Amino acid sequence: MTEAPEPLLKVCDLRVWFPIRKGVLNRIAGQVRAVDGVSFTILPGETLGLVGESGCGKTTLGRALMGLEKPAGGRIIFNGQDLGALTGQARRQLRRHSQMIFQDPFSSLNPRMTVQELVTEGLVHHRLLQGRTRTESARELLASVGMDGDCLFRYPHEFSGGQRQRISLARALSLQPHFLVCDEPVSALDVSVQAQVINLLLDLRERHGLAYLFISHDLSVVRLMSHRVAVMYLGKIVECGATSDVMETACHPYTRALLSAVPRPGKHQDKRIILTGDLPSPAAPPPGCPFHPRCPQALPVCAQQAPPVRTLDNGHSWACHITPD
Amino acid sequence: MPATFFQSWWFQNLLTLGLLTGAALLAWRLSRREYWRNAFHEICRNRLAVISFIILCGYGAIAILDSVGWRRPLRHPETGEVARHPETGKVILDQGASALDYLLAPISAKREKTYSAPLAATDYTPTTAMSSTGQPQRVHAPLTYPRSHLFGTDRIGQDVFCQACKSIRTGIIIGLLTTILAVPFALVFGTAAGYYGGWIDDATQYVCAVLSSIPTVLFIAAFMIIFGQGLPQLALAMGIASWTGLCRLLRGETIRLRETDFVLAAKAMGVPSWRIILRHIVPNVLHLILITTVIRFSSEVLAEAAFTYLGIGVGADTMSWGAMINDARTELTREPIIWWKLAAAFTFMVGLVLPANLFGDAVRDALDPRLR
Repeated sequence: MTEAPEPLLKVCDLRVWFPIRKGVLNRIAGQVRAVDGVSFTILPGETLGLVGESGCGKTTLGRALMGLEKPAGGRIIFNGQDLGALTGQARRQLRRHSQMIFQDPFSSLNPRMTVQELVTEGLVHHRLLQGRTRTESARELLASVGMDGDCLFRYPHEFSGGQRQRISLARALSLQPHFLVCDEPVSALDVSVQAQVINLLLDLRERHGLAYLFISHDLSVVRLMSHRVAVMYLGKIVECGATSDVMETACHPYTRALLSAVPRPGKHQDKRIILTGDLPSPAAPPPGCPFHPRCPQALPVCAQQAPPVRTLDNGHSWACHITPD
Repeated sequence: MPATFFQSWWFQNLLTLGLLTGAALLAWRLSRREYWRNAFHEICRNRLAVISFIILCGYGAIAILDSVGWRRPLRHPETGEVARHPETGKVILDQGASALDYLLAPISAKREKTYSAPLAATDYTPTTAMSSTGQPQRVHAPLTYPRSHLFGTDRIGQDVFCQACKSIRTGIIIGLLTTILAVPFALVFGTAAGYYGGWIDDATQYVCAVLSSIPTVLFIAAFMIIFGQGLPQLALAMGIASWTGLCRLLRGETIRLRETDFVLAAKAMGVPSWRIILRHIVPNVLHLILITTVIRFSSEVLAEAAFTYLGIGVGADTMSWGAMINDARTELTREPIIWWKLAAAFTFMVGLVLPANLFGDAVRDALDPRLR
């Protein structure tokens, strides 16, 4: 077996909790465990798809990786350096290498700035213009995302959703990052435009060797984009592995339920696993396995003990009490 | 003699010149920015805004003319001879007057004896006079200067139009100075409280709550008693009393903007907080500031009238629309009523406040690229 390459991003037992404050004294009455003990790694140039239903903590996890949320515990190691241990200038320098694409292309661009100002803001701040003018750099960046340069002095509202998403990509790429968090980058777009943006993301991955954390609830998009997939439920990763392994031989009942909901053209539709009930409140997660109240195969032990994490040789891991067939 | 220097025309002329230079510099700086140039072109296309702007410029010009002045040699009222000091022979100067006073001199010199209606040829109230037949008769005596008073004359025969013109400066200074004093406070504290949260937010909110719990009228009355009546004092008092509302508004808007994706994106790029506030938050709350400023400008011009009416206004030696309305109070109870002083003050006030509102609306629309 060859030596595993050094991971670009290593997340160990990351927890992001939001305190619930009550009363006059702002007493902490509880914690919303948005992200509760998540660990994974991303190699350079690799795409990890992160799937899960709304409110499971996908976006919070992405933001925590960007340093936009303060973790309650755990470590984020980027390029071999612990983000939590760095402060000030060093932290900002490191942060520059990871950027984020947001879901809503209508709120992720400042409506009062021109395209040129938007895409070169980071360059100007980090003094990365290197003797070129803002216009030249902006033109280059826009060309790299397939937009022509005559829109430099227009405002975001003059563009369509797909074009805006290209502009935010250009902005993110301006700092030459190694890692991009894509928080549902295509779910607000039309299907035809989705394809264009996905192709652009794939193309950029080829050209710049970017690593992505691709957050989505659309399993077919994740299948197309990702090398590996992590399935998240109530702040925890319940299953993680290579895309083909997870998609073909899902081991966690939640993953199976998710996959059974994806329509597949030309194939006989398997029996759908219908989950009942809603996602439990992350402020009061159920004891034992967080999925047991909705799990169709739940055993008595599931309500009492946290499930063990099983890992196969190919790296496919899942957390469940039930022994797979 | 610092006290006399601050009261001298020298100081006032220098101050006016300084403010004008500052405004011109600001306009020049802004005209070099794409964003403001676009906004300017947008405003130019709105005819109503252009007309409003021209009217506002007219008001501004009158206020500026009324702010610069000089002293002239004292002359003998009949011979026109220049008065000289009996021992040193130096020319004696008069108290001085503003440029507007000199311009209005031909009108204000036309003193009548008492009330006369706008553009009337005779006195408003009849006087008893002997007729040719020797019978006493109630007649409307002809005016000294018939049909020359656009807004009539007041009780002591002064031209009301001149008074209304002289009040423009007071109104504009109250409106502008109060806004200039209040907006920076509100902007700095509002955005800082909203963006940083935590103890900065708590402290700002506490100060705002304390300040706004004091009744405005009471606060201004106390302020005027301590520091004396006058224009700058009133503007300062009104500024202190009124920045909290805008501050809270800006805080709320900043809290909303702090969570938007474009601010998060800027944070992710490592842009420091002060730059995020300056580049992302302030431009997006600018429309709020503009609307509030315009509404505030109007309401402060009107509030000045109310405070003068209550006797805590600019003081008796400064002409203002409030003072005119205060005078009109007693005149309106007469029979037949004297309505033109109120009408003049009202016309001039509406003439300032309405274009200010219309222009403010146009500027707000022009600054929002989404509306173009």
